[in-house]
This record gives sequence, structure tokens and C-alpha cells, in this order.
Amino acid sequence: MRGIRRRAASGWTDLARPDGHSLQDGSRIAVIGGGPAGSMFSYFLLNMAESIDLDLNIDIYEPRHFRHRGPAGCNHCGGIVSESLLQRLATEGIHLPSHVVQRGMESYTLHMDVGTVQLSAPGLEKRIAAVYRGNGPRESEPTELISFDGYLQQMAGERGARLIHRMATGLERTADHVTIRCADGHSDTYELAVVATGINSHFVDLLCGPMVPIRRPEKTTTFICEFHLGRPLIEEILGDSMHVFLLDIPGLEFAALIPKGDFVTLCMLGDEIDDALIEHFFAAEEFRQCFPGGVVPPRACHCLPRINVSTARYPFDDRIVLIGDSGTTRLFKDGLGAAYRTAKAAARTVAFHGVSARDFEQYYWPLCRAIDVDNRIGKFVFSVSGLIQKMRFTRRAVFRMTATEQAGDSARKRMSEVLWDIFSGSAPYREILGRTLHPVYIGSLLWNLVAGNLQPPRQQAPRAESRGH
Amino acid sequence: MAGLGKVYQNGEIIVRQGETGNCMYVVQDGQVEAVDQSDDRDVVLRTLGRNDFFGEMALFEKDMRTVTIRAVGTARVLTIDRKQFLRGIHEDPSLAMRVIKTMSHRISDLTGKLGKYEQTGPADRP
Ligand SMILES: Cc1cc2nc3c(=O)[nH]c(=O)nc-3n(C[C@H](O)[C@H](O)[C@H](O)COP(=O)(O)OP(=O)(O)OC[C@H]3O[C@@H](n4cnc5c(N)ncnc54)[C@H](O)[C@@H]3O)c2cc1C
Repeated sequence: MRGIRRRAASGWTDLARPDGHSLQDGSRIAVIGGGPAGSMFSYFLLNMAESIDLDLNIDIYEPRHFRHRGPAGCNHCGGIVSESLLQRLATEGIHLPSHVVQRGMESYTLHMDVGTVQLSAPGLEKRIAAVYRGNGPRESEPTELISFDGYLQQMAGERGARLIHRMATGLERTADHVTIRCADGHSDTYELAVVATGINSHFVDLLCGPMVPIRRPEKTTTFICEFHLGRPLIEEILGDSMHVFLLDIPGLEFAALIPKGDFVTLCMLGDEIDDALIEHFFAAEEFRQCFPGGVVPPRACHCLPRINVSTARYPFDDRIVLIGDSGTTRLFKDGLGAAYRTAKAAARTVAFHGVSARDFEQYYWPLCRAIDVDNRIGKFVFSVSGLIQKMRFTRRAVFRMTATEQAGDSARKRMSEVLWDIFSGSAPYREILGRTLHPVYIGSLLWNLVAGNLQPPRQQAPRAESRGH
Repeated sequence: MAGLGKVYQNGEIIVRQGETGNCMYVVQDGQVEAVDQSDDRDVVLRTLGRNDFFGEMALFEKDMRTVTIRAVGTARVLTIDRKQFLRGIHEDPSLAMRVIKTMSHRISDLTGKLGKYEQTGPADRP
């Protein structure tokens, strides 16, 4: 924080004009990027402004049409709306209708070389949503489905935001205004620019100069592909469950199969996913066994999008704020939830405080910093889970403990809760780590380490299958 | 096309009066009714539809459910966990606004009904 204050003294104060840094009736705001962060920011800001009788004009710059099928209309992601985000949206009164939700998910199925076990949601409730970010994979049939991004954009539009189907290519700032330019010569002036261009765009690079000394988040390459299996087959082999793979493949942090309507999405996250790692994973028996005859179907669509592994320093300046992936996100999990949280925190700052760097530092940065600190704990959690993934005897212990919990009816299912929260991203990493330090958890894990490696493996539970050793 | 939450069939009880609860619910599709079962007969207090909350008192105190909620026709209902809700309002207190507004409407609604009840006596109970 001391560093940030020093910078404020040298940089921000030059531009700061205390009276000109709050929005007035008729103020104009440019939102660059109409993905989840941009649309949610616009929706919340217009709601908040209305509650204080403030009349604002918001332009959302977004070149994509989310009604297009394939990569052109898609913001490449697994499409899981976490339990925590769903619950927060429902509390806000934002209802995800059934034509937006491709599938409601009621369990996770964990695949390891030592066995497969299913973790079920309480009461088998569908607590997690699988959505499309665009209008479905490249080879899908035209449908009436509405993508998650399209739905949020529609909500922002209904609230009064104006959609400009253009890509922003330039940003210039004076003490009073920000000018946004597009490649076709279009330009316009605003009191605030909200950058919600995600991590896969070069727009943030424009801000990384001496004029606006923002450092963009670091990123790594991931892999996504879609398989067309058809709804009946998906029901039969995958069901309403997200299939997660914890395998000993160097560089692979997490892989998951997410069933949707007629398609299944495969997501691979880790350290710079490349062709060799993808091949290695596709050859893994645990993955192949998910498909009929152990044959992986051809890919209908695939991409190698980037994901954040750090936070922008700092995700704001006078009249500029970076939200969603452009600013910060949760490490490997619940990016949509982080987009919602950062969008709303930025909207609150803008509506109730102001648009100066000082306002953002005081009211917006604490959330970004909290996410950043939690991600550092997350890195530790992932490195421990990486170690567990590496050693067969620890994998056996995790498998045994989870399977025993799922078969029993004890109220506290400690390992299952930890795994559920790691997979779903519904709890902060700090809380997950805290739970793994509980003496009962540690004791139980130690017991399962011994029992799982001394006893011959046996069928643990109806929903758990252990594999031969 | 898929829905979230849990499906309840007509008449199925979602929340039972007198039980302790630690979550609230949001109706996703269909309708549910709030029923007072404190006397021998069922008194339907109100009907709730899409996006309406119920059971919100349990978010603030671990108390007994004051009414029974049951499905009218097929209803789909999503749970809001107390822990998730409290974590959310700790970060963003405005998240509680809609819940508080709903509670305040219900209080004014009940106050109105109570006033009527006091004037007309038990025969005109709602
Ligand atoms: C492999 C992978 C899997 C993931 N799976 C999940 C998951 O299952 N669940 C989850 O919650 N999160 C997931 N995420 C993270 C999630 O995708 C992001 O956190 C989320 O999309 C961030 O939203 P955003 O609005 O900040 O950015 P984006 O979704 O990237 O949206 C940015 C928007 O800005 C537009 N844009 C870009 N440049 C410009 C410009 N110059 N002018 C105008 N518009 C522009 C783009 O067209 C886009 O619409 C995943 C990420 C990856 C890489």
C-alpha cells in the first residue's frame, strides 16, 4: 500500500481535480468489452444511479455478436457458473432462465488412477449451471439458445446501456475526459473508461505506457474443446455431473469434462498447455474411459485461450478502471464470479464515490487486493494438491477418504467439502486451506493414508469404484 | 433447456413450519404457497412465483421456520446457503437490499392483515 500511495503522490495528483471527479447527470461512460464484466458493470451502475436519481449514459463497445456460433461469437471458457455466483445472482434478483442454462449440475465425478468417486450436492439439487458463452460450438445446429454473455448484455441493454458493435483501438486521456477511438475512425469522449476486455485482448497494452502506468495481469495458455455426443448419450454416460480429472500429468493442474446440451466441453488448465500435454491427457485411460468403447470422439471446436495468473498493478487510474479478467480474477476458478464481484465493486465506487484514482484506490482496490492475496494462498493449495496428485499412496488416501464419506451419512464430509470447494470455486482459498489444517481432517487423512495403503482395495461405495493396483 | 435448483411436485413440502433452517430459497419456476399450520387448519398466507424469496429469516438467525412452504403445481426452487449469503454481504452489503425490501414488504403486509383481523375478529381471517 505504501508503494501505491507513493505513486499517487507523483502521478495521480497531477490529474486529480477534486471537483471534477464525480459523475453528474448526463455523464458519459465508455465500457470497453461487453463480456460478463462489462455487461454486469453497466447493469449494476445503471441500477445504482437510478436509486440516487442520477442520469448516466453508458456505451458498451463490443465487436462480438454472441448469437454467432463457433469462436467468433464466444468468449472461450468452460461455462461453469459456480454455486456461489448463482446464489448471489439469485439474491440480486437475476434469474438464469432455462434457455440460458445448458445443464444444471448436481454432482462432481472425480476420476483418478486409483478410482472414481462421485461427490453429490446436498439434496441432489442442481446448484451449478453449465452455460455457453456464445451460441454454441462451430458445428452445432442453429438453436434458440441464448448465451450467458448474450443474456447479460441484453439485461444491460434493457437497463439503458447502448451497445456499439465496434472494437476500440485507442484511448487518450486528458484531465477531464477520456477519448475512445475505433479502427473505422469513430471516436467519442467520456468522463470514464471502464476496461473489461478480458485477458485475450491487446487493449490493456495501450494502458501500459508512461501516461497510464498500469501493468497488465500475467497469463498462461489453456485448452478448450467441444465433443458432439448428442443429448441421450450424454445423459447415459456423464449425466448431470461435472467430471474432474486429478491425474499425474506434469504441467496439468486441472481438467474437466462439462456436459451441456448435445455437446461436452473439455477444459484443461495448467502451466502453458501445449500439444504434447493435450496428447498426454487424451491418452490417459481415466479420460478415454468416459467415452463409449474408450474412444475419444473427434473435436467439434477447439481453442487455446489465455487465463490470468496474477492481478493488474494497479487496475485503475484517474478516469480509468479495469474490471473482470483485465483487472483480476480468481486463480483457475470462478472467473465469472470474479467478473461479477469486480464489476459491482467498480460500479459502487463510480456511483457513490467518484472516478479518480484515489476513489478507486480506496473503494475498489481492497477487493482486488483481497482476491490477489487469496490467489497466493490458492497457489499454495494447488501446489499441495499437485504433490498429492504426484504420489499414488496419497491419491489412494484422498480417494478412500472421499469414498468413505460419500458412502456414509455423517453430517461433516471434510474431504468431500474441500474437494467440492476446490472444484467449484465457491469458497475462498483461505477458507479451504483453513479446513485442511483442522486436526480432525489431518487425523482422518493420516488414518486413510495408512488404511488405504495397507488394506487391499475393495469396492467402497455404490458411487465409488476403486481400480486395481 | 435445463433448469436449476430442485423440482418439487404439487403439494410437496419444501420447508416445514417448526423445523430449524439455515438457508433461504428462491423460486426459479412455478409457484409455491406459504401456509400457516399453527392451528388445526391450513391457512394460506400468500402465493409466491418466479424470483420470489422465502425462508429469509433463517439467514439472519437460526430460528424455527414460521410457516410451511409447499409447491403449487410443479415448482423449481434454488437454495441460498446462509454461509454463502453472509460471505456475500460481508463483501457487499448492498446484496442484502432485496432481502431486506422483501422482509419489509412482508412486515407491512402482515401489519395490514393484523389491523384488519383486530377490527373484524377471527371469522374474517385471511
Ligand atoms: C480454459 C478456460 C476455462 C474457464 N472456465 C471457466 C468456468 O468454467 N467458469 C468460470 O466462472 N470462469 C471460467 N473461466 C474464466 C472466465 O472465462 C473469465 O474469467 C471471464 O470470461 C471474464 O469475463 P470478462 O468479461 O472479464 O472477460 P471476457 O469474457 O474475456 O470478455 C471480454 C470482452 O471484451 C471484448 N473485447 C476485447 N477487446 C476489445 C476491444 N478492443 N474493444 C471492444 N471489445 C473488446 C471481447 O470481445 C469480449 O466480449 C475460464 C477461462 C479459461 C481460459
